[in-house]
Amino acid sequence: MTEQFRYREPSAWHCTGVGHLFFSDDEYAVVDAACGRLIPGATEARVVDYVDGLLGAFAADPPRIWAGGPFSGRRGGDAGFGEFIPLSKLDELAWRTRIEGSRGIAEREFNGPVVGLQERYRDGLAALGTDFATSDPETQDTRLRANEAFTELLYEHACEGMYGAPEYGGNQNLLGWQSIEFEGDVQPRGYTDTEVSQP
Amino acid sequence: MGSGPGGSAVADVLTAAGWSVVIFEKGRNHLLDLDDPSRLKGDYSNDEIKFTIRHFLGPDPLLEPRTFRRSGDDGDHAFVGDVNNLPSTVGGGGVHADGKLPRFRLDDFRLLDEHGPLDDEAALADWPLTYDDLEPFYADAERVVGVAGDADANPFAAWRSGPYPMPPGAPMYGATLSAAAAERLGYHPYDAPTGANSVPYDGRPACNNCGFCAFYGCPIHAKGDPVAPLQRALLTGRAQLRPETFVSKVTVTNGVATGVEYIDAEGTTHSETARLVVLAAGAMETPRLLLLSGFEHPLIGRHLMFHFQTIVMGGLRQRVHPHRGRAVTHVHDDHLVPDDRSRTAARDAGLPWFRGGMVEHCGPGAPIQEAKLYPWGEAHTRSMLESALRDRMWGFTMQGEDMPQLTNRVDLDPRVRDVRGFPVARVTYASHPFELAASDHYGARLAAILDEMGAEWTVATTSPDAAFPYGGFISPIPQSKHVMGTTRMGTDPTTSVVDPFGRLHDVPNVVVADSSVFVTSSGYGPTLTLVALALRAARALVESGS
Repeated sequence: MTEQFRYREPSAWHCTGVGHLFFSDDEYAVVDAACGRLIPGATEARVVDYVDGLLGAFAADPPRIWAGGPFSGRRGGDAGFGEFIPLSKLDELAWRTRIEGSRGIAEREFNGPVVGLQERYRDGLAALGTDFATSDPETQDTRLRANEAFTELLYEHACEGMYGAPEYGGNQNLLGWQSIEFEGDVQPRGYTDTEVSQP
Repeated sequence: MGSGPGGSAVADVLTAAGWSVVIFEKGRNHLLDLDDPSRLKGDYSNDEIKFTIRHFLGPDPLLEPRTFRRSGDDGDHAFVGDVNNLPSTVGGGGVHADGKLPRFRLDDFRLLDEHGPLDDEAALADWPLTYDDLEPFYADAERVVGVAGDADANPFAAWRSGPYPMPPGAPMYGATLSAAAAERLGYHPYDAPTGANSVPYDGRPACNNCGFCAFYGCPIHAKGDPVAPLQRALLTGRAQLRPETFVSKVTVTNGVATGVEYIDAEGTTHSETARLVVLAAGAMETPRLLLLSGFEHPLIGRHLMFHFQTIVMGGLRQRVHPHRGRAVTHVHDDHLVPDDRSRTAARDAGLPWFRGGMVEHCGPGAPIQEAKLYPWGEAHTRSMLESALRDRMWGFTMQGEDMPQLTNRVDLDPRVRDVRGFPVARVTYASHPFELAASDHYGARLAAILDEMGAEWTVATTSPDAAFPYGGFISPIPQSKHVMGTTRMGTDPTTSVVDPFGRLHDVPNVVVADSSVFVTSSGYGPTLTLVALALRAARALVESGS
C-alpha cells in the first residue's frame, strides 16, 4: 500500500494531560514502564492509555468499551470510531462486573464472586513494586517473570493496545500498525482485486 | 425466537403470505433501523478489539455462560464460560460468519444407506428427505442470502437447477498458491460459494475485500447476513422485531402451543399469544428453551454435533497478506469422498469407513491475535515484523464431519444460571473415533499440500483437542461455531424430535427452523442448509394454512 495513513485524533482524554481515567500517577508510570519491557515501542505508542482507558472505561459517557463505526476516517468516510456505542443495562452490568469486580453486589454475583480487572491490576502493580518504573531493565524483567499471572494479563492488554484501533487509547500515531507494516482498518476503501490476488 | 438466518427466512416467507409475525431476539440490534428498516446501521467496523475480544455481538459469557464437560466423570461441569458461542444479536450467526455457503452433497442425506453403519456409539441415520427434495429451496436460499460462486467449478458438487446469483469474487493470493499446489497433487479446489456480494446485489454494494470478515459484522453490508429477508419482512408492516427480549417459556395447553413468555430489556415478564411458535435460536438455545418449557421428549438436546476442525498451517518464505480479501476464497471437497487411501486408513483405525469435510484454504489475518502468540520482550517486534504466524502463514481448516452420538448433548446445568436466573445450557461432548481417525489421516494429506506449496514448516492442530487445558482457543471445547443436531428430524417420533418439516412430533404447532434439526453434520457449514430447510418448513406452513 502506497497510500499514506491519514491520522485523525480520535479523542481528547488521553492526550491532553488532564489526568488518567483510573491509574494514579505512580501506577501509570509502572504500567507504562512495564508495557515498554513487554513490547518495544509500547511507551511511544502510549499503550498505557489503552489499559487506563479499559480500567477507567466508566469514567466516560458512553463508557469506552465499544468504539463506533462504520469507519475511522483514515481511509475515507466520516470518522465514526471515536463515537463510542452506548451500553445497554445488561452490557453495563457485564462490563462493570468484569472491570470493577462483583464487590458483594448481588446482581453481579448470580454465579458467585468475580474478581475484577481493577483489583487484579492493583495487586499486580503492588507486586511489581512502586520503584518498578525507575528500576533497571534487568530488574524489571525479573519482576515481570516472577509475577507470571499478572504479566500474562498485562501482555494481553499490551498487545491489544499496541495493535488495536487508536481510538481505544494505544497505537498512538498508528505506531503499532506501522511497526509491523499493517494497514489497519481499511473501510470504506478496502482493497482492490489486484491487491488481494497479487503478491 | 431468533432473528438469525433461520428465523429471518421464516419471517420473510410468512409475512409475504400475509401472516403477522413477532420476532424475539435475545441480543441487541446493531443491524437496521427499526423505525425505517430500509436504513442499515453503522455499528459494524474493522475493529479487532470490539469484535474478537469485547463480545460486541454477544453473548457476554459473564451474563450468559454455558458449561461444558466431556462426560459425567467430569461432575456437573468442567468449564463455565464461552462454549462455541454464536453471536446473540439481530441477524444471529449470519452477522459474524465469513459466509461460506456450500450446499450439501446427495450422500450427505443418506450416509447410512450409502456407506453403512459404524459402531454402537455412532447414532448414524439417514435424513427423512433427499437432496432432490431440498434443491429448489437451496436455490431460493442462495437468491435470498446472495451467494457468489461458480456452478461448474466443483466436480464433487450435487446437481443444481441454475447458476449462482453472482460470480465469484477476487481470489486471495495465498489461495492461488495453495489451490495450485492442491491441483498438482490431484485435488480439486474451487471458488468457495460465498455469501458476500461480488457485484452489487439486492440493493447492497459489492464486497471491497477489507479482510475483516470472519467474526466481524460487515461495515458496508456487502455480506449475506440475514439482512435482506429481515428487511423484507419488516417492510411489509406485518413483522415486529423485538431485540433484547429473552423468551423463557413456550406455553402449551392440551398439546397445543399457545404462545410464549418473555422478559424484556428492563427485566419485566410478558406473554404473547400465537397460533404458531417457531424456534430458531440455534442448536444450543433451542433445546434449552424446550427444556426450560418442560417439553419431555427424551431426545431433546441429544445428538449434538459440531464440526471437528483439523487446522494445518505452514510457514512460507513469501508474504501472502491473509488479511486482504474475504477470509476464504477457495475450498476443496475431495476429503468428503472416501478413496482407497482413506479406506485403508479407516480399516487401520478399526472403522469400516470415514471421511473428512470441506477444506478451507485460509490464513490468519489479525495482528492482536498474532501478537499474543509470541513471547514478550526484545524479540517481540522482530517477530511481529517477520510475521511467521500471520503474514507468512497459510494453510487449511477442514470442517470434519462430526459423528452424531446419543451421549453428546445439551441439557440444563444444575447449578449455573444466566443473568435472568435461568439454568444455562450444559454441553456434554466427546469425539468419536470417526472424526479423530479422519483428522489424523487427512491432516497428513493437507500437510503434504503445504510441502508442495513450498512451506518451510508445517504444524497441525485440532479443535477440539482433549489434551489441551480449558480456557484457550484450542481446548476440549470445539470452536467451530457450527452447532447442529439437538432436535433431530425424522419420521418416527420414537427416534426423532421433529418431523421432516421441523414440527415437533409432540406439539406440531411448534416448528424448529435452525440447525437443531440436522440428522448428520456433513462436512459443510450448516447455514445454507438450515436456511433451505427453514424456507421449506415455512412454505409448507403457508400452503397448509395452519
